[in-house]
Amino acid sequence: MTPTAQDIDLATSQAMKSSFRDQGNAKLDRLTLDASNQACSESEGAALEDKLGKAIEEANLKTVKFPADGKLIGNWAEGERVAQSGRGLTWTDSATAANGGSCYNCHQISKTELSYGSIGPSLYNYGKLRGVTDPTAVASKPIVDYTWGKLWNSKAYNACSGMPRFGHANILTEQQIKDVMALLLDPKSPVNQ
Amino acid sequence: MNNHLTWALLGLTALLISPVASAQKTTAEGIAEYRAMLADGNPAELYEAKGEALWKQARGPKNASLEKCDLGKGAGVVKGAFVELPRFFKDTQRVQDLESRLLTCMDVQQGLDVVEIAKTRFGAGEQKNIESLVAYISGESRGMKFNLPQAHAQEKLMYEVGKKVFYLRAGPMDFSCASCHSEDNKRIRLQDLPNLTKQPGASVGFGSWPAYRVSAGDLWSMQRRLNDCYRQQRFPYPGYASDVTVALGVYMGVASKGGVSTAPALKR
Repeated sequence: MTPTAQDIDLATSQAMKSSFRDQGNAKLDRLTLDASNQACSESEGAALEDKLGKAIEEANLKTVKFPADGKLIGNWAEGERVAQSGRGLTWTDSATAANGGSCYNCHQISKTELSYGSIGPSLYNYGKLRGVTDPTAVASKPIVDYTWGKLWNSKAYNACSGMPRFGHANILTEQQIKDVMALLLDPKSPVNQ
Repeated sequence: MNNHLTWALLGLTALLISPVASAQKTTAEGIAEYRAMLADGNPAELYEAKGEALWKQARGPKNASLEKCDLGKGAGVVKGAFVELPRFFKDTQRVQDLESRLLTCMDVQQGLDVVEIAKTRFGAGEQKNIESLVAYISGESRGMKFNLPQAHAQEKLMYEVGKKVFYLRAGPMDFSCASCHSEDNKRIRLQDLPNLTKQPGASVGFGSWPAYRVSAGDLWSMQRRLNDCYRQQRFPYPGYASDVTVALGVYMGVASKGGVSTAPALKR
């Protein structure tokens, strides 16, 4: 009487097909899973087998695009606005308005914002704790590049990371990511005070 | 504006203007305090009273009440039905949650156009009546323990489908239900998130809907709650009483076993 894995997969895919419809900018193609989401859905929260996890991370790392102008650090005050905004990509959002990063939904970032979530780690003093005194210095390059990669495609470093892939999935623009980079890494940003 | 609502707004204002020290008091404490202030006046009671009247009122082309509706414990039995839903129904050969079952009864008993009702937006027309009906029906099981049947093969299958769906990551942000609801003591901004995969989180979350939602000024059914979760997950639109939503109800309901139902509760 216990359903087989095959029964469950078939019933799940039928239920998914019959249950959803397009609404606003939220179309059915959003339910097509890439290899990362396929593997991380199937694992139901458990760690992936090493080899599979590594393969997913490598594939995601290949998608990371660095800015053509080589400038990775924007304006921290703009970055704070992106971090505050949870707007964008729901079926009630306009397709043309700027998306937010929803960063505070999950992370502590600046000390002055008390309304922050706890799904992700605290990012308060992110740059300071990592010894970044000048984000353009050669010594800062490894952590600056890693942070860019993490924002662009979090699954490049953790296959089943809970964080959205802000660059890869076109959630934020390159400029918005530069500004969030500044929020996290600029010594003048309130995050690093 | 009625008195309940006035007090609710005053309470909310008090929370918002509290000094920093009390803002750092956990959200749970703040909300518990706020709920205590409203303890003798959850606006959901108004919906419960209206729902009871609707249940007994002859309506629809067949001019019949819902008093012969079988919610799983026999025709007309309301008490205890809520804490055993969703479950398998012989007549429809389907696992149904409270709202999909109500659609069946509104169709069979009253002759109402339930295809149209399923398409109606939340808070309008017959959907408004469903809000009251679910408030009444859930309220009749207040304080009882969740105990969903899992003997039928379809019930077991829907549990497993619900679990798969709960962990299914998709959309531009790669979110699943589990992104927010599979760990203890997590928050989005200041909102505490129940871990719906096990007790006690499962019944704290699942067991409080339907609920009067102060921020919306309206009573939200479980279907409406799930619909808004999917909106924020950046998924496409889940159909009213669709299989995915019913399967999630089975998964969360089974995970709530032994937990006490507080529905229709009061939410921020």
